[in-house]
Amino acid sequence: MKRVDIDPITRLEGHGKISIFINDDGSVENAYLQIPELRGFEKFVEGLPVEEIPRIMPRICGVCPAAHHMAAGKAVDNVYGVDIPPVAKKLRELFYMAHFIHSHAAHFYALAAPDFVLGPDAPKAQRNVLGLIAKVGIELGGEVIKQRAVSQDIQRMVGGRATHPVWCIPGGVTRALSAEHAAEIRELAAGQLAFAELSLKLFDDLVLSNPQYLELIMGDVFEQVTNYMGLVDENGKVNFYHGRVRVVDTEGKELFSYSEPEYRDYIAEHVEPWSYLKFPYIKERGWQGFVEGSGTPLYQANPLPRLNAADGMATPKAQAAYEKMFETVGGKPCHKLMVNHWARLVEMLYAAERLAELIGDEEITDPNVRVIPSTTPKEGVGIVEAPRGTLTHHYWTDENGIVTKANLVVGTTNNNASINMAVKKAAQKLIKPGGEVSEGLLNMVEMAFRLFDPCFSCATHSLPGQMPLTVEILDREGVVLNVVSR
Amino acid sequence: MKLKGAIYWGAGCGGCDVAVLDTHEKLLAVAEKMDLLFWPIAMDFKYDDVRALADGELDLALYNGAVRNSENEEIARLLRRKSKTLVALGACAHIGGLIAMANCHTKDAIMARVYRESESTLNPEGTLPLEKSVVDGVQLELPRLYNTVKTLDQVVEVDYYIPGCPPVSEQIFNALTAVFSGELPPQGSVIGAGTRTLCDECPRIKEEKAIDAIKRTIEVIPDTEKCLLEQGLICLGPVTREGCGSRCINSGVPCRGCYGPLEGVHDQGIRMVGALASVIEGKDEQDIDKVLDGIVDPLRTFHRFSLAASILRRKRI
Repeated sequence: MKRVDIDPITRLEGHGKISIFINDDGSVENAYLQIPELRGFEKFVEGLPVEEIPRIMPRICGVCPAAHHMAAGKAVDNVYGVDIPPVAKKLRELFYMAHFIHSHAAHFYALAAPDFVLGPDAPKAQRNVLGLIAKVGIELGGEVIKQRAVSQDIQRMVGGRATHPVWCIPGGVTRALSAEHAAEIRELAAGQLAFAELSLKLFDDLVLSNPQYLELIMGDVFEQVTNYMGLVDENGKVNFYHGRVRVVDTEGKELFSYSEPEYRDYIAEHVEPWSYLKFPYIKERGWQGFVEGSGTPLYQANPLPRLNAADGMATPKAQAAYEKMFETVGGKPCHKLMVNHWARLVEMLYAAERLAELIGDEEITDPNVRVIPSTTPKEGVGIVEAPRGTLTHHYWTDENGIVTKANLVVGTTNNNASINMAVKKAAQKLIKPGGEVSEGLLNMVEMAFRLFDPCFSCATHSLPGQMPLTVEILDREGVVLNVVSR
Repeated sequence: MKLKGAIYWGAGCGGCDVAVLDTHEKLLAVAEKMDLLFWPIAMDFKYDDVRALADGELDLALYNGAVRNSENEEIARLLRRKSKTLVALGACAHIGGLIAMANCHTKDAIMARVYRESESTLNPEGTLPLEKSVVDGVQLELPRLYNTVKTLDQVVEVDYYIPGCPPVSEQIFNALTAVFSGELPPQGSVIGAGTRTLCDECPRIKEEKAIDAIKRTIEVIPDTEKCLLEQGLICLGPVTREGCGSRCINSGVPCRGCYGPLEGVHDQGIRMVGALASVIEGKDEQDIDKVLDGIVDPLRTFHRFSLAASILRRKRI
């Protein structure tokens, strides 16, 4: 048996290595994605004052620090059972919308688009964001750079810092939005919206209009049938900051929904001796291994899963884009993993529209942004949608608000089993007996994890993940299935 | 001739890489001066591409993140060998960073918490991951995890340091410009930051520092104009290097010291103890003790970012 390593895997957030084992006849026997890092946040926050938590947890991830800031912020509010002032909620969501634009834009343009604009097998020295700008021209490239800068600036104006914010505190936020900054953001909001629309148009022009890419998206190399998770508002629409977590099955029917404190009733995490990263699954179905298809306990949480789980988008332009997307890909739920790239841009449009709504709110500069909690602290859970999936923070404290325990289930970890299955399937379908295992082909295997926009820094907040694939596709009785779900 | 460079992350969060991306259009100017031959977050070059370079072929390597496991160390040594100039980028590489708070625990305690004690984990057999495992007849290895988080210069020689969690993007660009022009201070210096204290750049109004009670940030809504330390909130401004633009202070919360110690100061946290001692008000020892009792978790308040670089380095357990 021959072994081909891709080390490190690239154009993602965090560390990883893929090992592909190839039989003597040239077919792929197995593929393993290992994550080799550890930091230890759950443990080392024990003993800290709980109000420090929202400013510590963003350091889990420098790409989606705001997600950890928001989940931690909501959790510490709940530790004190404090209802924060209405404007503080609006400001947090405003901040978070700008963050989503930054994060989704960074992934689409810097990490994912080079595969489409330059091609999966373009020379690797060019297959990156600099090559992309050279290809599309400085005018368009400059606009991308400018608008991503604006989304970072908006976060700075609202919360003081974009990367590693320090502004959420139990009871609200530590500063109000000034009238000057509000006026500036109102002017910038239109540009953000135009940028989101431009991104969807680019996806149309560069990806959907290219028959080769359309085949890649709609074919069976990057397809996987699981359940889907996402936060929805009271009308069942996608929401990133608040609501209930809804999980739908492989047919799109709601399995259950839960509020923040209930997460452990529905979700559990499995440990494998050969992996440092845990594998979340639907608790009542029990761990069944790496199985897709009807009845699987596995779920995905990410842009497409969120859109699959929800009834629609809460803003008009995003709703239209949502409808167009599902119409094109053959309805809901969609199991074509590559459609995540499209869904990400639909979400970016929603974030831009929601940002404009929030900054247009007359109360947004209300100085009453914080209350000092007066209750005895105990325990709290906070859940938001991170750009890369549903994010859960849970803290316990003593009566003085000193952290005694912490538990986290982060965005990318939800997708751990799914990413492994996707990499193995791509390797098996792309690497053929007798064919050359070229660098370009291996990059296409990497496209299988890249579409998840995985954040292995997030996922390994706790421990280094080794995520080898013992992907045998089993049915409930443990019998090996030959799963091709079409 | 165009320079050759590399950017790598050890045990970090990617925030330093985003800070490089956040130089925005200036990144294009950097790319005009220097070809990047390795940058995993954004480019597809692999370890073997770096191994294939001649020793010293890279003009510049930026290493962010701490050294937490054997892979971090291996790549730190590789980049040291391949680079003329090695720069520690960001608080983790510079002084260990916030993640070095893990040095208050053992590796085993962290593993037990995550795999056996975690409230959302079902693991009746108490399974723990292994450094070497055999799966379906093939052996897979993981890097060896260290018990102690290390700074970059505890593993290899470092030429320059760019501080911050993350470093301010403008400061990264300024530091790169200095490298490109060759106008650099003596080897071992901090670049991309000032030489004064954060208090010197902080816009808040300072009067007489005389603290008779220490408060937690949850207990007070501080005045927006006045010095936070004078309002009884522990702020590491007096012992932290300037250069961040007072970003936390302007957000309404005190400094936790991510820009690291001042020139010539080895232990930022101990320096803070000294600074605090000179401003505590109290008529007798008992009175002073009462004020000091207001400090919750002093070790990780004073060494929030610098425990790995401190005299202590870790808790003996």
